[in-house]
Amino acid sequence: MNALRKKLDQLKKPFAKGEKWEKFAPAVNAFDTFLYVPNHTTQKGAHIRDSVDLKRTMITVVIALLPALIYGIYNSGYQHFIQLGEQFTFWDAFSHGALKVLPMIIVSYVVGLTIEFIFAIYRGHEVNEGFLVTGILIPMIMPVDLPLWMLALSVAFAVILGKEAFGGTGMNILNPALTARAFAFFAYPTYMSGNKIWVSEASNIDAISGETLLGSLAANHEVHYSVWEMFSGSIPGSVAETSVLWILVGAAILIFTGVGSWRIMLGGVIGAAFMALLFNLWGVNALMNFPWYEHLLVGGLAFGLVFMATDPVSAAQTFKGKWIYGILIGIFCIMIRVFNPAYPEGVMLAILLMNVFAPTIDHYVIQANVKRRKKRVSTATVKSA
Amino acid sequence: MADIKNKKEKEPTVLFVAEEKEPLFSKKNRKLLTDPLNDDNPITVQVLGICSALAITVQLEPSVVMAISVMAVMAASNVVISLLRNLVPNRIRIIVQLVVVAGLVALVNEVLKAYAYDVSKQLSVFVGLIITNCIVMGRLEAFALGNGPWKSFLDGIGNAAGYGFILILIAFFRELLGSGKLFGIEILGHKGVTLAESTGLYALGYENNGLMLLSPAALLVLGVIVWFQRSKNRKLIEK
Repeated sequence: MNALRKKLDQLKKPFAKGEKWEKFAPAVNAFDTFLYVPNHTTQKGAHIRDSVDLKRTMITVVIALLPALIYGIYNSGYQHFIQLGEQFTFWDAFSHGALKVLPMIIVSYVVGLTIEFIFAIYRGHEVNEGFLVTGILIPMIMPVDLPLWMLALSVAFAVILGKEAFGGTGMNILNPALTARAFAFFAYPTYMSGNKIWVSEASNIDAISGETLLGSLAANHEVHYSVWEMFSGSIPGSVAETSVLWILVGAAILIFTGVGSWRIMLGGVIGAAFMALLFNLWGVNALMNFPWYEHLLVGGLAFGLVFMATDPVSAAQTFKGKWIYGILIGIFCIMIRVFNPAYPEGVMLAILLMNVFAPTIDHYVIQANVKRRKKRVSTATVKSA
Repeated sequence: MADIKNKKEKEPTVLFVAEEKEPLFSKKNRKLLTDPLNDDNPITVQVLGICSALAITVQLEPSVVMAISVMAVMAASNVVISLLRNLVPNRIRIIVQLVVVAGLVALVNEVLKAYAYDVSKQLSVFVGLIITNCIVMGRLEAFALGNGPWKSFLDGIGNAAGYGFILILIAFFRELLGSGKLFGIEILGHKGVTLAESTGLYALGYENNGLMLLSPAALLVLGVIVWFQRSKNRKLIEK
C-alpha cells in the first residue's frame, strides 16, 4: 500500500502548487481520492469529522441502485424477445439487454464527467462526486431505444444548466437526473413516449403492444398484466424503473445505511395511495378506476420516490418538511397521471415541482418552530411573573 | 421668516447658462447608443420586456420585424415626449406617454398590415402589446423626460437595438435548434417521412429539438446568454 501511495505522490508532483500543470490538479486529485481518503484537516472551529463523506454516500446509492439496474438489463432483453415472439434463454435476454444498456451508461458517464472535470479545472475547485449517482440514474430512467446522442445531449443539459449554472454539486435546485429526463421528454417527445419505444429494436414492427401500462390506460386500452408482473417488473417501461421488488431492495439498503430518508418514501406512498383511493371513488375513466395498490406498483413512482425524491440536495431538509414534501409528491404524481393523459408518467413532473417548493416548505417548518418556541417562552415568563 | 428671506437674497440668480455646443456624436452621445448593447442591456441586465422575448422568438423573421417595430416606436416616442417634456404637467405625464406610444404603435401596426401581412398575422397581438413593453415606458420616464430630443432619439435607438439584438439572438438559436431553419430556409437539411427520404443532418438521424419551440426555451436560452455575458463582463456581477 505504501508503495502505491509513494508512486501516486510522485505522479502528482507536476500538479502541485506553482508547478507546471497546477491547473489540472483538481482532475488528478479526483482520481487520488478514489483510492485514498483525502488528508485534509480542519483549520478553524470545531467540526464533526466522519469517514462517511460525499464519496461514500454516493457509492452507497450506486450499490442500492444495482439490483434494479441488473434486473432492468435483463428485462430489456426479456421484453425484446417476448414481443418478437422468439425463443430465448435467460442469458440471451441478459446479454441483449446488456448490449443495449451498457453503452447508455458509458455515454452518460463519459459526457457528464468530462463536463464536470472541465468546470472543476476552469473554476479551480475539487471535482465533486455527485455525478457518480446522476450518471447511472440517467440511463436507468430513459427508454432503452433512445439514440445515444440524445442521451448525451440530455446529460450535458442536466449537468450544465441543471447543476453547474447554480454552482455545482450541492447547489442545484432540481434533481439533475430528472432534469435530463425532462429535457429529453420535451425535446424529443416521439422518442420518449408512445407504444414503440419501450421495447428495444421494436420500432420497425407494426403489430406490437409495447406501450407502458400507464400509456395503455391513458388510451383506454385493456391492461393484460397481473399484479405479480407489475410488482416483479416484467412489463415494458424505462430501463430500470419497472421492478418494484428490486427497487424495494435498494430502498432497504438506503434506509438501513441512513442515506435515504424513509420519511420521504413513506410520505410519497401515503400521498399516492390517498390520491388514488380518492380517484377510485370518483371513477370515471380507466385511469381513475385503476386500483390504488396497482397505481403504486406501475410507472416510475416507486423508483422516483426511492432514488430521486430522496436526493439530499433537492429535497426538503427538515423532518416535518420531508413528510410534507413526500406526501405532496405522491398526490401530484397520481393527479398528473390521471388528469393529463399526455403525461402518463406523473412522477417526474411531481418531483421536479416539489424540488422547486422544497426550500419554501423548509422555511415555513422552521418559522413555525420558531413561533412555537417563542410562544412557549412568553407563556413561561407570564406564568413566572 | 427673516432668515429664509435673507437666504433667498443671497443666492445668485441664474438668468442664463452658457451651454457648451456638443458635437452630434460626442463620446457621451455614442455611449447612449452603445451602452444598451452590453453594459446596460434592457433585457439581460435590466430584465425588461421579457414577455415579448418569450412569445415571438420561435422564428427569426417575426423577431426581426418586432425589433424594427420597437425601434421605430421607441425612437419616435422618445423624441415626442422629449419635446413635450416642459409642457406636460407632471401629474398626467403617464397618460400623455400612453397616448403617444399607443398612437405610434397603431401606426406601426397599420404599416405592418399593409406591407408585411404574413408577419403581422404571426405577431398578432404582440405588436399591439408594444404599448405595454416596459422598455418603452421605462425609457420615456427615465430618459426622455429629462433630456433633449436628439439625446432621447439616440437613447431610444440604442435601447431598441439592445432589445432587438437579444431578441434576434434568442430567435436564431430557437429556430435553428427547434426547426432546423433560419428565416424559413432549411439549413440543416430536409426531414422526410423516413430516414431514406431525409437529407443533410437528418439523414444521420438528427432530430429537431421540440423543447426549443416551447416558450420556456426562450427563458433557458436567455439564461445562458445572461450567464455568458456576465462571465465575460465582470462589472455586471453583483457583489
